[in-house]
Amino acid sequence: MVREGILIDTPYERMTKEQVKLIHDASIEILSDPGLLCYNERAADILHSNGAEVAAVTPSDLPCWHIKIPEKLVTDAIESSPKTVKLGARNPDNTLIMKGDEPRVYFVSGSETNIWLDVDFPTYVKKSDPSTEVILPEFRPRRGTVADLCQSAHVCEHLDTLDAYIRTVNIQDRDITEDNKDVNKFFASLNNNTKHFMTGLTNLKQLDNVVHMAELIVGGKEQLKENPIISFITCLVKSPLQFVDDTTDTFMDVCQRGLPIVVSSSPQAGSTAPIKETGIMAQINAEVLAGITLGQLVNRGTPVIYGSVPVRARMDTLGDSYGSIETSQYNIDCAQMARFYNIPNYSTSGVCDTKTPGQQASIERLFSDIVVTMAGPQYLHCAYGLLDCNSVFCLLQAVLDDAHFQMIKFFLRKPRIDQEEVATILKQMREVVATPQKLYIRYIRPVMRSGEISPPYPFEGEGEGDNVFYLAYERMNELLAKPVEHIHPATAARIFDEVPGILPRLNVYDERRQ
Amino acid sequence: MSEDIIAALRENVIQGRKSLEDEGIDEDLTGTPGVVELTQSALDSNIPPAAIISDGLTAGMKIVGEKFASKEYFIPDMLASAEAVGAAMDILKPLLEASNVETKGKFAIATVKGDIHDIGKNIVAILLKGAGYEVYDLGIDVPTEKILDFVRDEKPDYLGLSALLTTTMVVMGEIVGALKEGGLRDTVKILIGGAAVSEEYAKEIGADAYCIDGFDAVRVLEGYE
Repeated sequence: MVREGILIDTPYERMTKEQVKLIHDASIEILSDPGLLCYNERAADILHSNGAEVAAVTPSDLPCWHIKIPEKLVTDAIESSPKTVKLGARNPDNTLIMKGDEPRVYFVSGSETNIWLDVDFPTYVKKSDPSTEVILPEFRPRRGTVADLCQSAHVCEHLDTLDAYIRTVNIQDRDITEDNKDVNKFFASLNNNTKHFMTGLTNLKQLDNVVHMAELIVGGKEQLKENPIISFITCLVKSPLQFVDDTTDTFMDVCQRGLPIVVSSSPQAGSTAPIKETGIMAQINAEVLAGITLGQLVNRGTPVIYGSVPVRARMDTLGDSYGSIETSQYNIDCAQMARFYNIPNYSTSGVCDTKTPGQQASIERLFSDIVVTMAGPQYLHCAYGLLDCNSVFCLLQAVLDDAHFQMIKFFLRKPRIDQEEVATILKQMREVVATPQKLYIRYIRPVMRSGEISPPYPFEGEGEGDNVFYLAYERMNELLAKPVEHIHPATAARIFDEVPGILPRLNVYDERRQ
Repeated sequence: MSEDIIAALRENVIQGRKSLEDEGIDEDLTGTPGVVELTQSALDSNIPPAAIISDGLTAGMKIVGEKFASKEYFIPDMLASAEAVGAAMDILKPLLEASNVETKGKFAIATVKGDIHDIGKNIVAILLKGAGYEVYDLGIDVPTEKILDFVRDEKPDYLGLSALLTTTMVVMGEIVGALKEGGLRDTVKILIGGAAVSEEYAKEIGADAYCIDGFDAVRVLEGYE
């Protein structure tokens, strides 16, 4: 069994075939002129030994090489990239199969934020009429912790629409260091969630440890290849057109191990990419193709995912504007480009500009979630719970987002119009017209029971008041009260023995833990 | 045997199955006897009509009402059950008249002159019939004179008037006035409903009650019993 996601029959595409070809050709030209800057010597050597034109940049504060990648290398890499990528899961029923030519969308959380937004519901009394009370949400930001990450993974396990888990919060406890962050974020997520787990790596030295943790969970190296329960995301290309030293190292090491990896680029139209659609599209496509090319040179056939996190700049601050309409357009275009290459796509939606849940958050999220889903990206990082661009995570918002995706999934179901339906409906009409009341109501019931009628908004309150937040909060607490399928005790014991640095308080089987 | 038939009747009211063609809620019921067939079986087994109504139909509707109140059932379920009970009442009506058993009362219902909207009116009619009232649906766009004639000749206990539009709701006031002029106002309780009207409007025109929906109409009528 694998997760179904939602199959988009006819994906929404903004570009014509000719425009797609124009973007592709422009990207190929960009890769040779102006080319890229590479701050990673190993990558420069690999590219050079495979035919790229490489020249040291002097003078330079950091070791740097100017790279010109010929078209042949890129087309070979596109050809050797797997057209189907499997993302495994602790619970095999949560496996994702992503085919580059099949617009089947999986909804995914993410990504790492520094701030965790708590919510409480204090009661306010009306000054002019003290007998009138109202309960309103109060949001309080604070630094995220490993306990928050456990809680988020727990709730995300029970969000029906969420197909895979990207960790939502950066763990910033006092006893978390650069050296133990990776093992703790992996363990906290994997121990509280049985869906596929994807994340970035903080410290390359921890790669072996987290891979070993995954191997222990699935039963060995070969089992991990068969069921890759973890995957990675790397922004190895910093816009515009620069291979970064450390993430490029991480990228190459993951590729060597043959684990699935997202080649992600996040240019900002207006600052690190041209403001015009043609410009950001040609550039992001060139950046992703450069990463894919490097990955295939490191390990031909390694599973890579075309990653896109393009965004438009705000005109008032030059910060990111994920809520802008153009950001959705770029992501839709990227899904189309990835499909052109027949490579599974990681795309972005639902990231909003506003800092707290509310009307603006709902409008921005729902708009981009609907339109980008319709473009058919295979792996949609749709930012359950994310606010203030990439800065804040709110569990309550994640629960609200799950309701949005229920609606979107329902909306995108295929229509059922066939001969049998027509015959049934004509029979109904003849029967109804012959009755005194002339109502079709009696025919609703079987349809209602079969799940063919969309459910009401789950957080609709009684009466005229808007109780959405409070009802979602109750739902959140219901989900938190549900049991979690933790890693088996024997496996957990081996992980604590063999993987150094995991905080003892994460051992749910140790009664002495704090 | 009699108890089995009554139990099956009650269950089929709960399932909202008027006849054997109906699906009901549980699976695999299609083809088994529905309320109409079971009512006939009950009569064939010499079960008194009053027992069929109280132990089968009304008892079933009581459970349907409870399921609706607990949100297990929705309006289409309630209407299906009411429609099934209504069909059973059509079978039982001649027998009740012959044995001088009184129904809950005669209820005449109409959408007033100038208004052709009848969804609400039809739902109210189904629910009231299912609740045991003798319902006379006079139709849509009904001239005031026709309503007066019906009240005079058929002597209904209740008159339900429906209007969706602000332009046609005024006709309700005209009907009440005409009934007064004709000396018929005190012979009938007048209930009004529809999107345009309200509790205040009912008072303003001298109607007896405003009903927000069909369920409210059943509650109001039960209050008169």
